[in-house]
Amino acid sequence: MKVSYFPGCTLKNKAKDLDLYARRSAEVLGVTLEEIENWQCCGGVFTTSNDEVATKLSSVRALKEAAAKGQPLVSVCSACHNVIKQTNHAMQNDAFFASKVNNYMGQEPYAGETTVYHYLELLRDVVGYDQVKAKVVNPLAGKKIAAYYGCLLLRPNSTMQMDDPENPTIMEDLIKAMGAEPVVYARRNECCGGYVTMENPEFAKRKSLDIIENAKAAGAEVLVTACPLCRYNLQKAGTDMPVVYITELLAEALGVKEVTNEQ
Amino acid sequence: MSSNKKFLQEELTRMSGVNPKKCMKCGKCSGTCPAYDEMEYHPHQFVSMVESGDIEPLLNSKSLYRCLTCFACVDRCPRGVEPAKLVEAVRLVAVRKQGANHMTANDVPAMLDDDIPQQAIVSAFRKYTK
Ligand code: SF4
Ligand code: SF4
Repeated sequence: MKVSYFPGCTLKNKAKDLDLYARRSAEVLGVTLEEIENWQCCGGVFTTSNDEVATKLSSVRALKEAAAKGQPLVSVCSACHNVIKQTNHAMQNDAFFASKVNNYMGQEPYAGETTVYHYLELLRDVVGYDQVKAKVVNPLAGKKIAAYYGCLLLRPNSTMQMDDPENPTIMEDLIKAMGAEPVVYARRNECCGGYVTMENPEFAKRKSLDIIENAKAAGAEVLVTACPLCRYNLQKAGTDMPVVYITELLAEALGVKEVTNEQ
Repeated sequence: MSSNKKFLQEELTRMSGVNPKKCMKCGKCSGTCPAYDEMEYHPHQFVSMVESGDIEPLLNSKSLYRCLTCFACVDRCPRGVEPAKLVEAVRLVAVRKQGANHMTANDVPAMLDDDIPQQAIVSAFRKYTK
C-alpha cells in the first residue's frame, strides 16, 4: 500500500537515519512512504491558542494533499506527528478556527478528513505487529531495550489517542516483535527538556539524566526514541547509555540496515 | 477589577479555552511539572492568578519561557483545566507586543553545536517569538 509521508525538517538534516530506516523498513513491510510534494516545516511545536492560524497552515496543506490522494498521512518524527495531529483535531472540532483557515486557503474546504498516523501506529494498526514479527530475520534476542516516549507521542491524550498515556505499550510491543526484551521504567513519559535546551542546556541535562538513571536502574542497555530532540538531549546528558532511533533497530531486525543503494 | 484587567482576563480565557473557575486548587499540575524548579510562578498559579486578574506579574515573568509544553499538567489535571494552554496564552500576549520577542535570530549562533537538531531551533522560535 501507499501512504502520504511528511518527513519534516530534521529528518532531512540531523536525523537522516530516522527517515532512511523508516522508509526501508516500511518497504519490507509492504508500505511505500510517498513524500508530500513541497511540504513545509510544521514548526516543531503546536501552538494551543485558538487564534493562531498562520502557524498551522503548513500542517493543513500537508493534510489536504493527503486527502486529495485519499491516503492517510504518516510521520515518524514525534514532533511533526504531534503538530499535524493536533492541527487536524482542531480542523475537525473548532469550527471558528477551521473557517478562518479555509477562508484563507480559499480552495476546497478541509474539515479534518485525513487519518493521521505516527509510524508506530502504522506498524501496529495497519501493518500489524504480527506481520512485523513475521518479517524479522535478525531477532534482537537478549537485548534489553527501554522505550523513551517523552511527551509528544502521547500527549495531550484527548487528541493523540495513541495509547494509554501513563502506561503505554506501543513501543514495548514493537520491541517484543523484534525479538528483544522491553524494559519498563517510570520516567519513560516524562519530558527530556525539549527546546529549552537552546537557552538552558543545564536544565535539559538534569531532566535527561533523571530519565537515563531511571532506565539504567531498571536494567536498560539501550534507549530508543522517535524524536530527534529527545535523542539529542539524552545524548548530551553525557552518559554511556546509547540512544538510538526505533527505526534503526527495526531496520536491523528486518535485515535492511546495511543496504547502501537507497533511492 | 479595572476594565483593562477584565479585558485581559477575558482575552486569555478566550484564546486558551481554559476556564480557571474549574480549578479545585489541588496543585497536581505543579507537582507533575518538569519545569517546577525553574519557575517563579507555577502552573497552578497561572490558573489562580488569571482567575483573580493578577496577570501583570505573569506577563513579566521568565516562567513563560521555562514551560516545556510537555502537556503533563494538561493530561494529569483531575478537573480538565489544561493549565499549559493558559501559560501559552499569557506567553503569546507577552511576545506579541512589538519588540518583545524572547529570542532573536542573532541569539541563535551562540546556542548551536554540531549535533543540535533543526527541530530545537524552530520549536524555540515558535515558542519565544512572534
Ligand atoms: S491540577 Fe487542575 S485542578 Fe489541580 S491545581 Fe492544577 S489546574 Fe487546578
Ligand atoms: S506544559 Fe509547561 S506548565 Fe505544564 S507541566 Fe509541562 S512544563 Fe509544566
